[in-house]
Amino acid sequence: MPPDTAPATLAQRLLAGERGALAEALNQLDDQRSAAIERSGALLAALLADGVLSRGHLIGITGPPGVGKSTLSSALIATWRRRGLRVGVLAVDPSSPVTGGALLGDRLRMQVDPADDGVFIRSLSSRGEFGGLSAEVWPMSIAMLAANDVVLIETVGVGQREIDIAHSADTTCFVAQPGSGDSIQFLKAGILEVPHVLVVNKSDMGETARRAHSELLGALAGEHADGGWDIPVLLASASRGEGIEALADAFAAHREQIAPDLEARRRRHQAHWLEKRLLADFGQRGLDRLGGSEALLARLNAKTADPLSEYRALCAEITNALQQDQ
Amino acid sequence: MSEQGTERDRPWLMRTYSGHSSARASNELYRTNLSKGQTGLSVAFDLPTQTGYDSDHPLARGEVGKVGVPIDHIGDMAILFDQIPLDRMNTSMTINATAPWLLALYIAVAEKQGADPSALQGTTQNDVLKEYLSRGTYIFPPEPSVRLTTDLIAYTVDNIPKWNPTNVCSYHLQEAGATPTQELAYALSTAIEILDAVRDSGQVGEERFEEVVGRISFFVNAGIRFVEETCKLRAFVRMWDEITARRYGVQNPKLRRFRYGVQVNSLGLTESQPENNVQRIVLEMLGVTLSRGARARAIQLPAWNEALGLPRPWDQQWALRMQQVLAFETDLLEYGDLLDGSPVVEAKVQSLIDGAREEMARIEDLGGMVACIDNGHVKRELVQSHTARIRAIENGDLQIVGVNCFKQTADSPLTSEDDSGILKVDEGAEREQVAALERFRAQRNQGEVDAALADLRAAATGSTNIMPASIACARAGVTTGEWSQVLRDVFGEYRAPTGVDFSGKAGGSGDALAAVRERVHATGEAVGRPLRLLIGKPGLDGHSNGAEQIAVKARDAGFEVVYEGIRLTPAQIARAAQEEGVHLIGLSVLSGSHMELVEDIYCELEQLGLGHLPLVVGGIIPQEDEQVLRKRGVADVFTPKDIDMNTIMARMVEIIRDSHGLDSAA
Repeated sequence: MPPDTAPATLAQRLLAGERGALAEALNQLDDQRSAAIERSGALLAALLADGVLSRGHLIGITGPPGVGKSTLSSALIATWRRRGLRVGVLAVDPSSPVTGGALLGDRLRMQVDPADDGVFIRSLSSRGEFGGLSAEVWPMSIAMLAANDVVLIETVGVGQREIDIAHSADTTCFVAQPGSGDSIQFLKAGILEVPHVLVVNKSDMGETARRAHSELLGALAGEHADGGWDIPVLLASASRGEGIEALADAFAAHREQIAPDLEARRRRHQAHWLEKRLLADFGQRGLDRLGGSEALLARLNAKTADPLSEYRALCAEITNALQQDQ
Repeated sequence: MSEQGTERDRPWLMRTYSGHSSARASNELYRTNLSKGQTGLSVAFDLPTQTGYDSDHPLARGEVGKVGVPIDHIGDMAILFDQIPLDRMNTSMTINATAPWLLALYIAVAEKQGADPSALQGTTQNDVLKEYLSRGTYIFPPEPSVRLTTDLIAYTVDNIPKWNPTNVCSYHLQEAGATPTQELAYALSTAIEILDAVRDSGQVGEERFEEVVGRISFFVNAGIRFVEETCKLRAFVRMWDEITARRYGVQNPKLRRFRYGVQVNSLGLTESQPENNVQRIVLEMLGVTLSRGARARAIQLPAWNEALGLPRPWDQQWALRMQQVLAFETDLLEYGDLLDGSPVVEAKVQSLIDGAREEMARIEDLGGMVACIDNGHVKRELVQSHTARIRAIENGDLQIVGVNCFKQTADSPLTSEDDSGILKVDEGAEREQVAALERFRAQRNQGEVDAALADLRAAATGSTNIMPASIACARAGVTTGEWSQVLRDVFGEYRAPTGVDFSGKAGGSGDALAAVRERVHATGEAVGRPLRLLIGKPGLDGHSNGAEQIAVKARDAGFEVVYEGIRLTPAQIARAAQEEGVHLIGLSVLSGSHMELVEDIYCELEQLGLGHLPLVVGGIIPQEDEQVLRKRGVADVFTPKDIDMNTIMARMVEIIRDSHGLDSAA
């Protein structure tokens, strides 16, 4: 008999860490049919009621293509597994705006032991419509947090995606490559959102890597705008497994530092996600009908409903308001 | 530097690439082939041997003795060459990642036969770089792989002076889609990378470096455009002469010769009307023999039925006879170079040289061949060329008789015999090989084995040449899996870029594709989310061109495609299907182990509660097996005759619709 997939049961199975349940939950959260969205809302509500937003660690890792993010993730996964932590990964690849098709290749470089049930990787295409991250990333992160200790969101590219990820993850990490001045210039010029952790990968490149490292140290080290956190600038070599423990330590230290504020931080991210979706659907005019961004965020921060039901309720409110205008 | 005189040219070495089931069965085949007038041997090893696994390793299941002979230890190697005196034989071994090991076994067997190892003649393919780009039997990362290649070269130059230690391959690059220009550029850039590495390793004195250059040989492909192929070989001759003179300062013109062996193109052989492959093979052979100054030193021809399955001894005999007719009946060998002085040929050669020089400069700019493999540049170029070729076949720009034109045919008597015109591998071969391996392990001296492996580890960790320690391992009774495991521990394992372009840029157009895309989109709406497809390559077979082309096409058709590259276990594939929430799994298997692998994958899927997921299989799959697979639940089977990829895409959508209870196309 197939396992029960009703929202309450699915939530229980998920919280118990069942892999099949996580796969099913992610499929459901991806499902755009209205009955499925209703079930997904109920599932998220059950997870939020269990306190998922105050547990685990949501880490965003980003950087330009070819910088070795997946290999670095792979090394991090091994380190976390040695520390006894269960790991979930959401790997986001770009999709074609023309065909909607995408090639999702990040798994290739994340080698894990197939007998290890403590790692779960889901690849996602950015699906064009939602800036850099796909709209499903936030709800899926909640499901991932329910079943894992650490959740890694990996994205490619420079620009919009970094901003999106800074508004989704508890801790953001930017991976820079020695010798490629561009991303470092972007960071220095403030075009990129400043991450909580900076790492120069491919430290096996010797002098070039050390130069990039000291350049970043000079330009960026200091206190993060969040306050109370000095941005570490690290050197790592994913291929040689060097500097990975220190990177994992830096993540853990940041998680500890934000612990008192964790749930509030995630509620802000959830509000931001809702705002962004509504903006994409209705534009600024729609958002203005709710009293503008600030009012919306203030209102959402105080609320506890699941994001999908909230989204539907707000959509209805805007639609009504816009109809009254006519 | 060709001789222009009228003295008759010596015929090339005639070989047949063969080996299957067991060392005993292969030895019998070799001796039969030699008695039929074959003048050299070309050993095909099975995939576990090529990728460094013993026959009883879990990854070897279903692969033992399939595409070649299994060699687990010195006992197998001794049987393989039983009654074949190695000091009088010329043996070519298609072996790469484990080349030092198989050469060590060959040397140890020669010693046992009482032969003088320094008199051995033959070739180890020993070109791992192309394995990353095509074929896929690499094990270690590029850096240690180049070191192993270098060690083997340095050792043979000192100890087996007539051995060809490396056969730089452009053959597999053409199979992966390379144009003649790319073939020239990539093969020559690879040769440069290898020679530079040998020079920089300091293992060979400067005064003897000329000899190293003189031992480098090539292994090329010859396609059906035989005029262009002839010009390509003339271009190779000229460019190699120039590179060896300018870059390496080789004075002796004999040591600057472009020496090459050839296997004519198997990619172009067709499954439909397979008898037409005979004339294809003959014409392709012309391309590498016509020009005396650029004539092949050794030729091996595929059999006419390779696209159907494994050739039988009679099929291989037919291929050998083609060579003999050309060499002994025709007057080809009586003349000097027929093409010298032809302005048409000269212009074509020059344009190939110009194109190749340009690409070689680009590779040099990007840091050389190893860097261009690691950063995916070369693989991307190859996948693009291959995609262009397939599009040209689909839209009819490239005509293939019996495939996309002149398709009407009478029934072929060649494939209607009881055996369907192919060889059946002995089902018990794997079991017997594993049992023999266990007996071998039980009777050897474990103390000697451990000591030899410890020395091997020390050599690998340091910078001592790997060959002496490997030969000691061979004598002590170390197995293929044990030798490889030590090096895996020291060097690590590697996964190569797939070359499938991840930048999100989609290509492909046309009404057929647009219609499929529409259907993919509509079906995605109906099932609630975009259609997701997992392309899996289970087993040890690394021929990934087919899987890559399907992945690219499916992306263009609007699927979200998860592709993880080669050499996956059934457990990894089932796991990926679960984690990725896919709607369909597509498997690609070309090694003949499809029956075992599909069964194993079903078992793994069922354990995860995913037994209902639809599955399609592509590869070289005999009709008889196809029926069995369908009975097991496989939704569709695609073989080389399914040339229209849009049709394959359309089938996949309908299979997904069917599995969701949606109406299918009329």
